[in-house]
Formats: sequence, C-alpha cells, structure tokens
Amino acid sequence: MAFTNEQLERYSRHIILSEIGVKGQKKLLNSKVLIIGAGGLGAPAALYLAAAGVGTIGIVDADVVDLSNLQRQVIHTTNDIGKKKVESAAETMRAINPDVTVNTYYDFVTSDNILDLIKDYDFVIDGTDNFPAKFLINDACVMAKKPLSHAGIIRFKGQLTTIIPGEGPCYRCIFKNPPPKDAVPTCKQAGVIGAMGGVIGSLQAMEAVKYITGVGELLNGYLLTYDALKMEFHKVKLPARGKGCAVCSDTPTITELIDYEQPACELKAHA
Amino acid sequence: MADVNIAVDEKVDITDVVCPVTFVKTKVALEELDDGQILQVHLNDGEPVQNVPRSVKDEGHQILKLQDNEDGTYELYIKKVGD
Repeated sequence: MAFTNEQLERYSRHIILSEIGVKGQKKLLNSKVLIIGAGGLGAPAALYLAAAGVGTIGIVDADVVDLSNLQRQVIHTTNDIGKKKVESAAETMRAINPDVTVNTYYDFVTSDNILDLIKDYDFVIDGTDNFPAKFLINDACVMAKKPLSHAGIIRFKGQLTTIIPGEGPCYRCIFKNPPPKDAVPTCKQAGVIGAMGGVIGSLQAMEAVKYITGVGELLNGYLLTYDALKMEFHKVKLPARGKGCAVCSDTPTITELIDYEQPACELKAHA
Repeated sequence: MADVNIAVDEKVDITDVVCPVTFVKTKVALEELDDGQILQVHLNDGEPVQNVPRSVKDEGHQILKLQDNEDGTYELYIKKVGD
C-alpha cells in the first residue's frame, strides 16, 4: 500500500516521529479497534483513533444522544440529540477521516454477543459506565486473549489500566466481583467533570496506538489514577497475574461469561 | 544534473510539496530502501535545502553530497543507514 500525497500530509506529524514512521502509520491503517461505549470515555478515544488513521473502528452503544451527555461526550453535537450514539459517533469519525471504516453496533454487550463483537478486532477499549459491563468485557477479553484498555471516571477522579491477557493481571485480579448493587454511585448519580473523559479516554487511545505500533511501554501491570482536584497522577504497581484469579489463573473457576444484574435505576429500555 | 560518480538506487522529487511533507516524502522513499542503498532527492532551494538534509542526518542516515543545480534546485544524495 503506497501513501497518496494527501495521506502523507494528513499523517505527516506521525510519519516524522522516528518511533512511528511509515511502518507505524501503515500498522495503524491496517488495525482494528473496538470501542465499547460512545460516551464520556469512548468519545475522545474514538476521535483520536479516527484522526490517527486506525483503519477500522467498531463502536458499540445502545443509547441515543441526550442533552445531558453533551457536557462531556464531545463526539456528539446539539443537532445529534435523539440520534443513536453509534450513528452520531460514526458520522463525526467519518467526517474527520475518510480513511476510516466505522462499524456500528446499536446494542448492549451481553454474554451472548460479546465474543462475537470482539473477535475481529486487535484491541478493545472499555468506555462503559457500569460494573456488570466492565466485568463482562474483562472476562470476554481474557477468554478471547484480546488486549483491553480498562478505564473508569467519576466526579474529579479517573483511572485506567491496560490488560494483556496472559502477560499481566486482569480486572478481576484486582477486583474479584462487582460491588453490591447501589453500593457505588454511577456518574449519573455522582456527577463527573467533563474534561475527565477527555483526559482518561485520550490515554486509552494512546495505549491503543502504542499497542498497535509496538512503541514504548504499556500500562499492563499498573493502574494509573488521576485526581484532578489535587492534580495528582499515581502509577500503582499491580500484583502479578492470575494468582487465584477466577478468570485468568491457569485453573480458572469462571469459564463462562456472566451477565451481572444492573442497578434498576440505570436500566434503560432499548429505544 | 545527476552526479555520474554516485550509483543511485532510487530517486524522489520533493519540489512539488512543502515542509514538512518534503521530509515525509524523503523518509517514505528511504524506508523502501535497504541498508547501504542510495537515494537521490530533487529539492528546492530555501526551506527544503535547509531542513531536509538535517532531518535525514538526525535519523541516522549519511549525506553523501548536496549538489547545487544553479536553477533554484538541488540534488541530495543520501546513503541509507540501518533497516
């Protein structure tokens, strides 16, 4: 595949980087990333990955754009209210970069569909806002050996880690089970500062780009936390993989995917 | 305008683009070559001739010769170093 002059100009700031170059940009154009959730985290991740020329981007979300989303979900505009988030996000990504093929999945992830959804992608970004989805995505990525960027944001705090199944700890190595229903508020109940999605979602996009191009050190084995009020980042080393983990140890006790129950107030009809 | 003393493996004309695509096009051409092969770059006076040889050197390649064509263009001969 030879670059057109237009592509050379579009990706010139990448190609100039000795770590990326022509080879790295070609890897990006040939790569496939699945983003689960087109919200606060998924929006900036999708924008940067589309702009970077990730050749195929899948986006999964079962919601429509709501006025209350626009304070942080920067891929959608006021004109998109009422539109499926996946369609709104796809339109923006295609407008930024026509090199990108966008696949949309207007659905929730469940134990029935997730393995099928992730199977054709090289890297998965968890941009969901609830524990049942986060555990489901982790378990599915471990079982299918798909690299995953996990993140969560609430109020003025955010955190992320990168999970490379077989090479480092998974989400379940850190958190054994979802918290009891309603023990932890969602960002709908607790609020979240808009730019937090921008910070953490952009870091997820950065991890995807580094994984695809093979550049630098990933965040696997570490949890990065960000406290915006104190303006502090902490990189916390995680325990080694698998020891007693129900899903990623060598003798897992969880061998089938689980649909944990959602807090009732968070359930939405599939409009 | 070509230098008869240098056996060139590939040529690229970057007079049709501006900075930073000048260097990008040169870099793309270099990536296609093997270690030790020689690229001849046809480039404009001014910014390209000031920046492209320096950027190429920064990437570790060897500048063999910069020849003034005395028509506002230059020929730059680069030996690729590394793979």
